Amino acid sequence: MNKRKKIREKLSFASAALLQMTSASATETPDETWDMSSAILFYNESDGRVSAIEPVISGTKELKNGDIINLKAVFDSLTGATPTGAHASSTDQTFTNPSGKKSYTVTAGELPLDDTFLDTRVALSGSWNSAVFDNYSRLILSGNLSKEFDYSSLGVSANFLRDFNNRNTTFNAALGLSSDSIEPSGGIPTAFANMKVAGTGTNRDATDDSKTITDFIFGVTQVINRSTLMQFNLGVSESSGYLTDPYKIITLIDPVNGLPIATSGDDLPYLYENRPDSRSRQTFFWKTVHHLNEDIINISYRYHTDDWGIDSHTIDFHYRYELGNGSYLQPHLRYYSQNAADFFTTSLADGQALPEFASADYRLGDFITSTIGIKYATPAGKNSEFSVRAEIISQTQNEVNTPVGDQANHDLTPDLDSFIIQLGYDFYFEQ
Amino acid sequence: MYKLILILNLFLLSACTTVQPWDKDLLAKPSMALVPSEIDNALDEHIYFSKEASMGGQGVGGGGCGCN
Repeated sequence: MNKRKKIREKLSFASAALLQMTSASATETPDETWDMSSAILFYNESDGRVSAIEPVISGTKELKNGDIINLKAVFDSLTGATPTGAHASSTDQTFTNPSGKKSYTVTAGELPLDDTFLDTRVALSGSWNSAVFDNYSRLILSGNLSKEFDYSSLGVSANFLRDFNNRNTTFNAALGLSSDSIEPSGGIPTAFANMKVAGTGTNRDATDDSKTITDFIFGVTQVINRSTLMQFNLGVSESSGYLTDPYKIITLIDPVNGLPIATSGDDLPYLYENRPDSRSRQTFFWKTVHHLNEDIINISYRYHTDDWGIDSHTIDFHYRYELGNGSYLQPHLRYYSQNAADFFTTSLADGQALPEFASADYRLGDFITSTIGIKYATPAGKNSEFSVRAEIISQTQNEVNTPVGDQANHDLTPDLDSFIIQLGYDFYFEQ
Repeated sequence: MYKLILILNLFLLSACTTVQPWDKDLLAKPSMALVPSEIDNALDEHIYFSKEASMGGQGVGGGGCGCN
């Protein structure tokens, strides 16, 4: 039996598939092998926005006692420009860098982008998967650490799986805790304070802040028949702390002509956004994997709702088309739609009372994301596999607010196209 | 909403047949795993997490980042 495949079969536990384990494979003596997966992802957005290169390496080993360990490292290098929340206008617009010391000007009609965007991220994670109580239960303990120059995240999780019904049903309960801290360039901006002209002050409250996230999932995986597996998950997530994006601003406009308006000499016509300090989300997730004669369909649906007023629907579809000799082609389609957060706004009007919360971050807006992609994988020698994947991601934004004056002359919520290429190489080696 | 989902699930699960261990050859294939490629899945989740307002559903944790 192919050793790499054998470990992978057992690893299916991680996605609630205790039921995939046969008694024969459970009693085999494990080999001292590392099952390695590696990939490099190239991500590019249209119009000179974000570019990213992301190498990943992951190693999995089955110990002599049947426990399975996994270690993973991800590096993320980002460059380019990202929207600030300010919208295009018929006047040139000048912004101050987060440091408060330098400024940059965006030509009239152009979408304001912060081109100082540059970041590197390193993420390390590990998990330990072991049998508990008896041969029908497993516990997976995981930890992860992610570090950027202005952000760090530390998370732990526990996932308990229990088989029933002759291993045809698996219950899964998982708890995850994450503690994140942010130390943005220039500090934490004062909510709804003006961005200041470079060199005249920064309107900052503190140097850093933090948030915590608690996730809970309860799920069932069921063998429907000899060729079909189905999974249902209910998830609850609670976030609290600093949930605002310190780099995002909102254009302050004249309520009549719609042009940006500064209220005093040292102020720029942009206010720092302000989000609630808590967020409760609920998700329902359904997935079915079905084996046809040769090919495999993997389809899922997710419903997400939260107390920020965001509801979303995600449908994901993979079709694995077997080419023979271990090679396959895998088309991928994904459709995602969300409505805007209650406090999402394109701009704020001068002279009107400020809302309790507001953000112009396009990711909290009303939009649809469509993804189309394809993957090709083929064996590359003994016990290794090479793959290449390409995807196009198109985000179509819908207007949320009625344009005021000059705003009608511009695309306030521009669409976004992204393109990814991923090269992958999986292999195993014996110690 | 949740009651409806629960009833639907119970209805679907009641339609299942018991598959014996010796009939699980197809289900045991690595390509039949719920997540056949953990790396593809993690990279996709990271992209969508940084570009959309929703996250989660499949599992817990996964590593926060300043991208959203």
